[in-house]
Amino acid sequence: MYSQKVMEHFMNPRNVGSLDEANGVGEVGNAVCGDIMHIEIEVEDNIIQDIKFKTFGCAAAIATSSMVTEMVKGKTLEEAERITNRTVAEALDGLPPIKMHCSNLAADALHEAIKDYMARQEKS
Amino acid sequence: MREIYMDHSATTPVDREAFEAMIPYYTNEYGNPSSVHAKGRAARKALEKARDQVAALINADSREIFFTSGGTEADNQAIISYMLSNAARGNHLITSAIEHHAVLETCEYLRKNGFELTVLPVNSLGIVEPEVLRKAIRPETALVTIMHANNEIGTVQPIEELAAITHEFGAVFHTDAVQTAGKLPIDVKRMGIDMLSISSHKLHGPKGAGCLYLKKGTKAGNILYGGPQESKKRAGTENIPGIVGFGQAAELAAGRMTETSEYLNRLATKLREGIMADIPHTIPTGSLDNRVPGSVSVCFEFVEGESILLMLDSYGVMASSGSACTSGSLEPSHVLLAIGLPHETAHGSLRLTLGKDNTEEDVDFVLEILPKIIGNLRKMSPLSGKGGSN
Repeated sequence: MYSQKVMEHFMNPRNVGSLDEANGVGEVGNAVCGDIMHIEIEVEDNIIQDIKFKTFGCAAAIATSSMVTEMVKGKTLEEAERITNRTVAEALDGLPPIKMHCSNLAADALHEAIKDYMARQEKS
Repeated sequence: MREIYMDHSATTPVDREAFEAMIPYYTNEYGNPSSVHAKGRAARKALEKARDQVAALINADSREIFFTSGGTEADNQAIISYMLSNAARGNHLITSAIEHHAVLETCEYLRKNGFELTVLPVNSLGIVEPEVLRKAIRPETALVTIMHANNEIGTVQPIEELAAITHEFGAVFHTDAVQTAGKLPIDVKRMGIDMLSISSHKLHGPKGAGCLYLKKGTKAGNILYGGPQESKKRAGTENIPGIVGFGQAAELAAGRMTETSEYLNRLATKLREGIMADIPHTIPTGSLDNRVPGSVSVCFEFVEGESILLMLDSYGVMASSGSACTSGSLEPSHVLLAIGLPHETAHGSLRLTLGKDNTEEDVDFVLEILPKIIGNLRKMSPLSGKGGSN
């Protein structure tokens, strides 16, 4: 039911954990529906220097989180903002239809983290 | 890679002896039991032998056994045909919140078509308390249908008490015994059961066969029309090879029941206690005292069931879960919610159901890898830091 790429990212997720130097944090989903994605970014000179995630959820939730961190590491904030849940799913060679809605929120979590970073910059 | 199958509540491998008994009915003895000629008579003889074998498993009379395509059809037939045939008696039926969908959705279908339905709650162990039934039952109640044991949490119901209350009010008692037939002793006479459903493939028989037990005199009829088979109660040419395998498997299960259930209880206890000892924040589900042999069901906090299953699968261990992702919907299992678990806990459910071919080494292997799997998933979970550790 899952593509090989999904399984590969699920079994060997990249960038799991948290960052001491995070300057943007995003979290989406809730425990009731069974998916929570938490992403932390460290931005310097408009570039995502480092990114880590923690996810509660099924294989699709974990794989999309892992994939999005890989896709944006080293990218500018503008490039990162262009990434959508759909492009993450495509990068994983697709997701089962039922997972497209409930477990494909990694790009949303990333965008929340960028928003948080922006808000912190405005304050300082 | 070694393969460890621990999903026997989903289905079981066919007993070699049952499989071999089936083969002639695909090859030489392919007759239709309704035919007059020699091949027809051979098929008829095989059909009636299987009926005797299944009847013996539950202490029924052979004439009270009606073969179906499986447990789902038997449940549908019992519930729908009984309510339709007894409309004059009353249009109210009662079931429980933790039934298999084969019962719940059938009851719901009747409700949508004008019948009155009461769904009884269960306590935190998943037991339908007899007093709760007593309060819900009414003079116009025609049918009470409550499963013998639950497929997800393994709890066995106090069937005799529930049947006795049902009879006090003149109603009829049906039980879905798909999870218990061949595993726990069933005596329909002593237990006061009027209708009972069995599935072949849950007791090491082939898929595509099952039966409905109808106590003599119980006014239930057909849901399939178009032929006089099964004493006019179930139209359609009988699945002779499947029924032969079912009969053989039922006889084998009856013969080894005591020995197997002791063995499965021992293995399951070791597995459950090992899990509870080695993995913190684990909640056992269902009753520990009244339980299907070999069933272990738990919820791990902070992690999600499908992830656990796929990780186990990567080690060759096959199990199941009641999480939303595995139920094919956005909600976790109705059973786990009915026993009062919060959604987030129900998402972390794991069911390991052992069978006679599982070994102590299988259990040791699962106890070796499962703490690592849960630990790794928890390290990845944003809930672990908030709710607890590990």
